[in-house]
Amino acid sequence: MAIEPKKHEMSTQLPEVRAHNFDEVALGYTREIAMAEAQRCLNCKNQPCVNGCPVNVHIPDFISKIKVGDFEGAYKEISKSSSLPAVCGRVCPQETQCESKCTLGVKFEPVGIGRLERFVADWHNAHSERAPEMPKSNGHKVAVVGSGPSGLTCAGDLAKKGYRVTVYEALHTAGGVLVYGIPEFRLPKSIVAKEVDTLRALGVDIEPNVVIGKTLTVDELFDMGYEAVFIGSGAGLPNFMGIPGESLKGVYSANEFLTRSNLMKAYRSDPETPIMKGGNVAVVGGGNVAMDAARTALRLGADKVYIVYRRSMEELPARKEEVEHAMEEGIDFQLLCNPVEIIGYENSENKRDPKNGFVTGIKCIRMELGEPDEKGRRRPVPVNGSEFVLDVDTVIISIGTSPNPLIKSTTEGLEVNSRGGIIVNEDGLTSRDAVYAGGDAVTGAATVISAMGAGKTAAKAIDAYLNK
Amino acid sequence: MYKIVTKKVLNPTVTQMEIEAPLVANKAKPGQFIILRVDREGERIPLTIAGANKENGTVKIIFQIVGATTEKLNQKQAGEYLQDFVGPLGVATHTNGIKKVCIVGGGVGCAIALPVAQEFHALGANVTGIIGFRNKDLVILEDEFRTCSDKLFLMTDDGSYGEQGNVCLPLTKMLESGERFDMIITIGPLIMMKFVVEAARPYGVPVTASMNPIMIDGTGMCGGCRLTLNQNGKKVTKFACVDGPDFNGYEIDFDEAMSRGRMYADFEHHAYEKTCNLFRKG
Repeated sequence: MAIEPKKHEMSTQLPEVRAHNFDEVALGYTREIAMAEAQRCLNCKNQPCVNGCPVNVHIPDFISKIKVGDFEGAYKEISKSSSLPAVCGRVCPQETQCESKCTLGVKFEPVGIGRLERFVADWHNAHSERAPEMPKSNGHKVAVVGSGPSGLTCAGDLAKKGYRVTVYEALHTAGGVLVYGIPEFRLPKSIVAKEVDTLRALGVDIEPNVVIGKTLTVDELFDMGYEAVFIGSGAGLPNFMGIPGESLKGVYSANEFLTRSNLMKAYRSDPETPIMKGGNVAVVGGGNVAMDAARTALRLGADKVYIVYRRSMEELPARKEEVEHAMEEGIDFQLLCNPVEIIGYENSENKRDPKNGFVTGIKCIRMELGEPDEKGRRRPVPVNGSEFVLDVDTVIISIGTSPNPLIKSTTEGLEVNSRGGIIVNEDGLTSRDAVYAGGDAVTGAATVISAMGAGKTAAKAIDAYLNK
Repeated sequence: MYKIVTKKVLNPTVTQMEIEAPLVANKAKPGQFIILRVDREGERIPLTIAGANKENGTVKIIFQIVGATTEKLNQKQAGEYLQDFVGPLGVATHTNGIKKVCIVGGGVGCAIALPVAQEFHALGANVTGIIGFRNKDLVILEDEFRTCSDKLFLMTDDGSYGEQGNVCLPLTKMLESGERFDMIITIGPLIMMKFVVEAARPYGVPVTASMNPIMIDGTGMCGGCRLTLNQNGKKVTKFACVDGPDFNGYEIDFDEAMSRGRMYADFEHHAYEKTCNLFRKG
């Protein structure tokens, strides 16, 4: 049988429809399409895809099960390595990971591994009633700080081995960036909740409303009987540009904008948490978070949404699929364009004018690409005299985040690097005995799957440490 | 869920509650705050801690009914529960090396000023209290302030109780007559704190102002609470939730903070009206 050269398409909501709702954009494979796509896997000997996956999911093994229609078997195969398959199937950058290594990809399009993973996880969630059994306790207690991807993965892996794990979460809901950062239309919150429920069924205890570094310290966790601590507190601190006007009303960090919409449900009609919606919106930055913010603003009812990015499309760091989706939905990409000032309304005659202090525009300057920098990316240089103003009502700054210093500042002996990231060895061990860390708290803003990989590595190391 | 252990009406618009939250009570220090949600769909609001009882594991909050969420909170009775209650957040008020302090509280800000005054009193510092209210009906915590102050000025805008005038009046008089403090700590409406700073400026007495901006997470994640400090001619952005809520009063850009505080004025007005109507019907 000849191999289908192209991946099976995954159907999506039409751009003109989805731009006005928060329902999921991609609709997933049907069982027939999943089985047809699975047929494209050559089941090659050296399995390069497995090494392309930060948590080493046994990809050809689960795809083999799909080929014969054993979807629950495929789920079990993925579960051996991943605690959050329905999440990874949606938000992993497969094109640079597993799929980039696919043997089929040499001549054709690689196997749609992400789409297949998503199909399997969704099939399991829709059809499996049975909660996983709680493993027999091994008597050891481990605390996990943060319930984002790294923390949940670490907790899940340890729970499966019989550890009694408590996850401390600062916010009121578990999931970290999966609930406050990634929007509903890309990752429905019901899916995150389901994955968290699976962990609870494994015996993981999740304690919301506890800020480690404030409510409790890492040292107190040891006093409470935990024998090891994993810190997965994320990269919570938003960066600003340091240009005039950043404190005007209508300027948000992407974190704030997305948190208001995602976690606090400001996107619903009649929310209790306010958010500025409508009008024109400029999102500064070119990462996945910028795409999420822009597409959220559009769905909240913006007339026009700009992405303002200082380099060209080639350097734009967001996933290609997200950029394509954003363009289809009508997001206007202002490339080689850098903000220099945010302009606000100012009625000098009437200091009490309620419009005073609200954003009216963003002044930008055109850029051109100069010599490559140390990372090989061509450095953008301003074009003299090319300033122009985009008329906008809201500006969302999405130029990255830094690790949160709350834990560092309250944990003696915990070493961090110049950017505030916790320093760890290859096992995720920090400068403190029995304290491990991973995810954005270590690396600064990165991907969900790399955080999961770090959680997995640390879980393995914690298990080895406590069984010494 | 967090139990409301006691509820007490302090004046027609200000309510005190003690909430069962042992972990928060265990760590709470004057000047720190908590974030709560009344119910599952509720917004997160920050409230400064008005006291804590380690033995009972309770945290005292005092709030003014100013909007939809505080109205909903006020509808809750002792024995009922709050959905979420997290803290203590922010940096505690610095007390080191302060032997003589003037605490200037305005309106519901007095509720937050009280534990700070009590802390200084307990540490053996000389405490001058100046507390201001719009009128007699709105006066709260007078006895508590008397117990922990070496000297107390109670001011009302209309003179219906205490002395007539704003809080800057006795402060200016004392400073004019040569009295000095190691620190003036002011907690209340932004406009009041701005004027307290101006009153102190000619005499170079240090002023700490406690800020209470709009927040969501309270851990530095959203940046919504940011404010601008002018430090030696340089503008510096700080997050009130993790760097504050106390800041050097001379450095704070109060005008910007006041403007930012009104970002959702329209929304809040509508939400409040709606909630009030809901309770009226109910």
